[in-house]
Amino acid sequence: MCLGIPGQIIEITDINNKLAIVNVAGVKRQVNIACIVDEQHPPESCVGDWVLVHVGFAMNRINEKEAAETLQLLQEIAEVMVTG
Amino acid sequence: MKYVDEFRDPSKAEALLWQIEKLSNLLGKSVKIMEVCGGHTHSIFKYGIEEVLPRAIELIHGPGCPVCVMPKGRLDDAIAIAQNPNVIFATFGDAMRVPGSKTSLLQAKAQGADIRMVYSPLDSLKIAKENPNKEVVFFALGFETTAPSTAFTILQAAAENINNFSMFCNHVLVIPALKALLDNPDLQLDGFVGPGHVSMVIGTDPYEFISQHYHKPIVISGFEPLDILQSIWMLLKQLVENRCEVENQYNRLVEKGGNQIALSAMNKVFAVRENFDWRGLGDIPYSGLKIRPEYGQFDAELKFTIPNLKVADHKACQCGEILKGVLKPWQCKVFGTACTPETPIGACMVSSEGACAAYYKYGRFSQVVKDREAKRERVRV
Ligand code: SF4
Repeated sequence: MCLGIPGQIIEITDINNKLAIVNVAGVKRQVNIACIVDEQHPPESCVGDWVLVHVGFAMNRINEKEAAETLQLLQEIAEVMVTG
Repeated sequence: MKYVDEFRDPSKAEALLWQIEKLSNLLGKSVKIMEVCGGHTHSIFKYGIEEVLPRAIELIHGPGCPVCVMPKGRLDDAIAIAQNPNVIFATFGDAMRVPGSKTSLLQAKAQGADIRMVYSPLDSLKIAKENPNKEVVFFALGFETTAPSTAFTILQAAAENINNFSMFCNHVLVIPALKALLDNPDLQLDGFVGPGHVSMVIGTDPYEFISQHYHKPIVISGFEPLDILQSIWMLLKQLVENRCEVENQYNRLVEKGGNQIALSAMNKVFAVRENFDWRGLGDIPYSGLKIRPEYGQFDAELKFTIPNLKVADHKACQCGEILKGVLKPWQCKVFGTACTPETPIGACMVSSEGACAAYYKYGRFSQVVKDREAKRERVRV
């Protein structure tokens, strides 16, 4: 039940009701972005953001830098194995 | 980056397994790790993670499937509300087949109740707007991952002044359940794989008591195979180095303080119940949410008369022991015989996140029956 899918916000469709279109693995879906907008992140600024979609809501932003760091660490572990 | 395929790379999985094996050998003893979240249970079975881990590592599938822990009595209440002739009852699909004491929502629907499956709580609000002469009730369930979405839906209903809409609130909280598990003397665990999506809402701070008070390590984990393997690796590292800390593998989504916007919406709409009954685990103090009186007009428990009875679990069902990790699904006498996903007796067999259903679906079932038969043979001889 707690599963979510990553998607990218491509358009804000309704600023007042905080609705946006998200591209989830090639499929366009409407989601509510109330959980990720505040003064620092007004709706207009969310286009292009990657978010985790759960039950029709963008629940959180995905942090690209952190993701890259995790993958980098995994890459290093893989290289250690190859070089022995 | 798409945040999916990158975390399924087999070569990296192999490297992690190699590291896990090394640490497991260093540790030199068997360990029990509980994955709390049903989403993790699902991924572990789907990707066959259990099979590839060293034998010394045993995964215990915890209580983190909100559908599985819904007590029968609450389901009966939901069905009673749904059977009101003037009600449209909206629910996530997951809850449809969960057995109450007599029927399930699916059976009630077949008998004529207007029960509709929705993908989002917002869909149920839409149904309410389209059907002003009906009372629309949404079956709100789930952990902290889902609670913000229902809170925002109620806030929207309030803003738009929609008065034919309410929720039957059954949200549950992960932290009190973990505490109840840790206080259980039957349970011997070496560490936890922590729930990733609950934590993106609540953050990692609420888990500190697990390391500080219970001296167990916990790693908050994502749901892709590499996430889970990396989390197990991090846990073993803690065990080898004799540390017990709250660590965060899923930092691409989980921040220490969680999502404040989501938390404040939850706080606005919900209050903590003094007690909530969990299927298999019994009453756990402060483990459920209810709608605050300020939003009482959206509380189905106030709008409708519900039976509100406690119903004992089926005698044969061992869900409680399974959820606590004390028994394995195949050790339940009715597993795979009287209890199957088509005819579930206990809730662990209903959702694909329940341990019994996962074992059944992903083929352990045949192995299990073979093992059981072999054992019987031996007993007979
Ligand atoms: S097999 Fe069925 S009855 Fe037995 S513990 Fe699992 S869900 Fe309960």
